[in-house]
Amino acid sequence: MFGTAVIVFREVLEASLIIGILAAATRTVPNSRSWLAAGVLIGLVGSGIVAMFTDVIGSLASGMGQEIFNAAVLGVAVLMLAWHNIWMSSHGAALAASAKSIGKKITDGSNECSILLIIVGLAVLREGSETVLFLHGIAASDNGGQFSMLLGGLVGVLSGIAVGYTIYAGLLRIPMRWFFTATGILVLLLAAGMASQTAHFLIQADLLPSLVAPLWDTSAILSEKSLLGMLLHNLIGYNSRPTGMQMVFYITTLISIGIGMKWANRSRKLIVK
Amino acid sequence: MRLFLLIVLLQPLGAFAEDYVVIIIKNHKFQPAEITIPAGKKMELIVDNQDATPEEFESHELNREKIIAGNSKARIFIGPLTPGRYPFFGEFNEATAQGVIIVK
Repeated sequence: MFGTAVIVFREVLEASLIIGILAAATRTVPNSRSWLAAGVLIGLVGSGIVAMFTDVIGSLASGMGQEIFNAAVLGVAVLMLAWHNIWMSSHGAALAASAKSIGKKITDGSNECSILLIIVGLAVLREGSETVLFLHGIAASDNGGQFSMLLGGLVGVLSGIAVGYTIYAGLLRIPMRWFFTATGILVLLLAAGMASQTAHFLIQADLLPSLVAPLWDTSAILSEKSLLGMLLHNLIGYNSRPTGMQMVFYITTLISIGIGMKWANRSRKLIVK
Repeated sequence: MRLFLLIVLLQPLGAFAEDYVVIIIKNHKFQPAEITIPAGKKMELIVDNQDATPEEFESHELNREKIIAGNSKARIFIGPLTPGRYPFFGEFNEATAQGVIIVK
């Protein structure tokens, strides 16, 4: 039962952290809550469908379909997170101050909300499909003890959600002055970590060279199997044995989104003046 | 004669393909559970899951993770690797599904 809880927790954690951070980051965006909930629902339905077609997806692209699928989902998520973060750095503070007219708010917000829907939907889809497959495997096997294992699955889901909620509640306690900087940095690191994972899947599919493998090995100090390693992996893309190519993706994403945020922030200040 | 020609002509194509090793998953165990491969060479693992339930082939040491549906096969490229031990496991049945790749 404990083993099941850990596996499910690991899968749920990533999606839960993304949702927690984004829910906090978009607290000032009108209607963001309902779009978030819709994203979760669509993601859940999607994970069932993806889980059902695992073997079909896997057999595409000479057996590299799963890697390409994962890389595509992650790649789109990185682009959406980039868009979100750049948009928030020019509108977030303004929305918080509610300096703009209500009509303007809604038009601005709806675009951002559909981005939010896609990010959350994709996060749930990717992690959810693995959870569905795993739990379905348990339910289908007849070696007894399914009940306790499924109970473990439930414990895993709930503890994953609890961590996501904790980060959400924690972020909301940050004073407004630093709030957008804090969530902006968190989303930036989240995106860079996902870009590194995108590279990981493309290397596994043999579509990209790894350059240097591994670039470093810190597995003896901080393993991804430990709770802290797991959290850092999901939050900032920590990897105990990254490849050179993953690092290239990570740094490039960090710099590109960083420049975009700076630029958006400056143009906002110019408009305000 | 024609067959002979065909074999001779196809030979170079075969040379381009990476070497591969087949690993079978049965009753949530890897067979063989220990594989030795040469260092500095790209290899392909063909993991044949003969169980009805899905398995996730995972190795932090190899930086690989791949879900293999029940009763199906998956290809995983590894290497080139430096000599050493590279453990792998089945994430969905970690208690029994354990293996190691030894690079020499």
